[in-house]
Amino acid sequence: MSKRVGIEVSLSVSEAVKLANVDCIAAYPITPQTHIVEHLSEIVANGEVDAEFIPVESEHSAMSVCCGCSAAGARTYTATSSQGLALMNEIVFIVPSLRLPIVMTVADRSLSGPISIWNDHTDAMSVRDCGWIQFFVENGQEAFDAHLTAFKIAEDKRVLLPVMVHMDGFILTHMIEPIEFLEQDEVDKFLSKNYTPAIQLNPEKPVTMGAVGIPEIYTEAKKAHDVVLHESKKVIIEVWNEFAELFGRRFKPVETYKMEDAEIALLTMGSYGETAQIAIDELRKEGEKAGLIKLRLWRPFPLEEFLDTVSNVKGVGVVDRAITYGTTGGPLAIEIRNALYDVEPRKVVTDFIAGLAGRDVTINDFKYMYQKTKEAVKSGKALPYQFIGVRG
Amino acid sequence: MEKYNIYAAKLLPKREILSPGHRACQGCGELLAVRQVLKAIGPDVIIANATGCLEIVTSSFPDTAWTVPWIHVAFENAAAVASGIESALKVLKRKGRYPSDRDIKIVAFAGDGGTADIGMQALSGALERFHNFMYVCYDNEAYMNTGIQRSSSTPFCATTTTSPAGKKSFGQKTNKKNLPEIAVAHGIPYVATACPSYPFDLMEKATKGVNTEGPAYLHIFSPCPTGWRSLPDDSIEIGRLAIETGVFPLYEVVNGKYKMTYKPLKLKHVSEYLKKQGRFKHLTGELIEEIEKRVKENYNKLVKKCEI
Amino acid sequence: MKWPVKNIQEIKWQDLEIGMAITEPGSSRFYKTGDWRSLRPVVDKKRCIKCGLCYIFCPDAAIYEDDEGYFVANLEYCKGCGICAKECYVQCISMVEEVV
Repeated sequence: MSKRVGIEVSLSVSEAVKLANVDCIAAYPITPQTHIVEHLSEIVANGEVDAEFIPVESEHSAMSVCCGCSAAGARTYTATSSQGLALMNEIVFIVPSLRLPIVMTVADRSLSGPISIWNDHTDAMSVRDCGWIQFFVENGQEAFDAHLTAFKIAEDKRVLLPVMVHMDGFILTHMIEPIEFLEQDEVDKFLSKNYTPAIQLNPEKPVTMGAVGIPEIYTEAKKAHDVVLHESKKVIIEVWNEFAELFGRRFKPVETYKMEDAEIALLTMGSYGETAQIAIDELRKEGEKAGLIKLRLWRPFPLEEFLDTVSNVKGVGVVDRAITYGTTGGPLAIEIRNALYDVEPRKVVTDFIAGLAGRDVTINDFKYMYQKTKEAVKSGKALPYQFIGVRG
Repeated sequence: MEKYNIYAAKLLPKREILSPGHRACQGCGELLAVRQVLKAIGPDVIIANATGCLEIVTSSFPDTAWTVPWIHVAFENAAAVASGIESALKVLKRKGRYPSDRDIKIVAFAGDGGTADIGMQALSGALERFHNFMYVCYDNEAYMNTGIQRSSSTPFCATTTTSPAGKKSFGQKTNKKNLPEIAVAHGIPYVATACPSYPFDLMEKATKGVNTEGPAYLHIFSPCPTGWRSLPDDSIEIGRLAIETGVFPLYEVVNGKYKMTYKPLKLKHVSEYLKKQGRFKHLTGELIEEIEKRVKENYNKLVKKCEI
Repeated sequence: MKWPVKNIQEIKWQDLEIGMAITEPGSSRFYKTGDWRSLRPVVDKKRCIKCGLCYIFCPDAAIYEDDEGYFVANLEYCKGCGICAKECYVQCISMVEEVV
């Protein structure tokens, strides 16, 4: 029988990785991911899982070591944040091209400068293009569950792509929440104890991995990667449904809240979706036809599922917890607007940059964003994007 | 080198781990060194290779010269990738998911660029963590694959495209970084220098290195006719001269104890070595004497270490 | 994917192995570097002492031992660098110009 424990979310992530019978962990400490790797280190030291914990000398080496481990056929895990993700950036792009199913937790934190240890999605957005499967989780239970599904999705023979699980640094990682753990035998029913690679570094069947992609073949290699990332959505949904069947908790690529008859929707990614939900409730009480769309699956972008949620909506207020300078909107808003470009009738997309470096996004902030979106729908115009709560 | 060793070349294992058909230059010392190392190690090996000449010439899709498992990830992480492979094999063998009947060696290959400069961090980390692998650095004294730019392993006064000799410069202003000493400072059980001009010495060291429990570091002098502006058929002769002038002494350090594996009876003057290479042709007599002084000084320091 | 690859332009993205891996070990043997050379090594078998020095000094593994124990150049791969001729202990190898 599963037990419900009050535990720091970081530690529950470590427990999930332990239950997944990980083989190799190579990680470098960086706030706010430290508790995840510290606890994993403890777990390995106590023999609770038979794994190799490799204390690397930088994040770049962490991802490189993970490449070596995964290529040799080991179930591999790492975790990082902001500057660490930026440092391993080079290798992060190489991993999916080698089709190595590494699972990585990113405790989302702002990218320097100025240096900030607090939460936002700028680090996640800096690797939009890397070709990993990426999801965003909202609360501790999701964080625990998502990691178990991540290993299964990554290692599926139809996928074999690395998975990044984004969770808000401090705001989620350092929260103590009640989490329902699964027992080892329950996890074993869902996730195989052993990872069997499609190709492996083994003298019995020598392969060359990482050959030079001359111009005559590079495009074909990239097309192959793009196709497999798109097609992985099918598998992701399948695995999430299987998890729901076994354990009762269902992930969807796009979650909705009170969207059935909503006219104006807000769209969030990450833990402030829970605050937004309260704002929607208050708006509803005030008679507004408000709804909330919460994006869970970031890559591959769930276009069909997203379009389904907005069929009757007039305007979408996208809340970006990241910034991309000098362009027409925040990174999430740009993708949403692009997704809605050919949809008739036209939906107005407004764009708000909120919550940078862990700044609190309050219920009133969400209500303000809703009102602004409503105004934009009336006037038909939405640009330019705006910062929420910036002084001056 | 004793006479009988020369004649034993025909008794070496005939299996080529590296297939011909790779795109190395004519007379490439690096490929020759790697060929000899692989002959010594045999086919039970997994290789992590850094970006560079070796990697580019042996893995141009769809051609691979490798007949053993091989992975290339990036430029500076050969040591890190090798660490990962070593750790994975350890845990997988424990868990019964990898054949444990074969003793599989793990080797990281990288050039002087991917070791002395950008790869220093990964190398240091891997050596400190004491992984059971061998790191082979083939040193052609510059970033050859990208067009002969200087590295911290480029010797004093050498011309490279980023340390060219000109009206106001005599080439590389600094001394060559001493990588074997850096490896020794990490307290690893086996460090050695080798040169393909002395194939049996090299192969013996490669065997010793790969059979060492813990990390081993092998630094191989690799003449590059293209980068050093020397004749392709001179590569072996230049390697020999490097040793006989004391520019590149052949030694090994076993658990901190130094030993010269080949001590020339009398060292030649460095000019014999320098004059065969176009990258030194701009040198004045004064600079040659300065080089001679530095080379002999370092050589004598090493000899002292060996006598302890 | 099937090796040898006759024409890389005929490979479709669906043909690629996973992660663009090369699953045919030593497939570079299908690429004949022999046409790089302008000089060819010729072994004088009367003087060859079958020591194998040329064999161990060839960067391209293009010298092999024939049935009689002589070491001769594999002209499919020999790039004509001349190391074998330079290093031969008895100087029985001469580099001869390739005539097209």
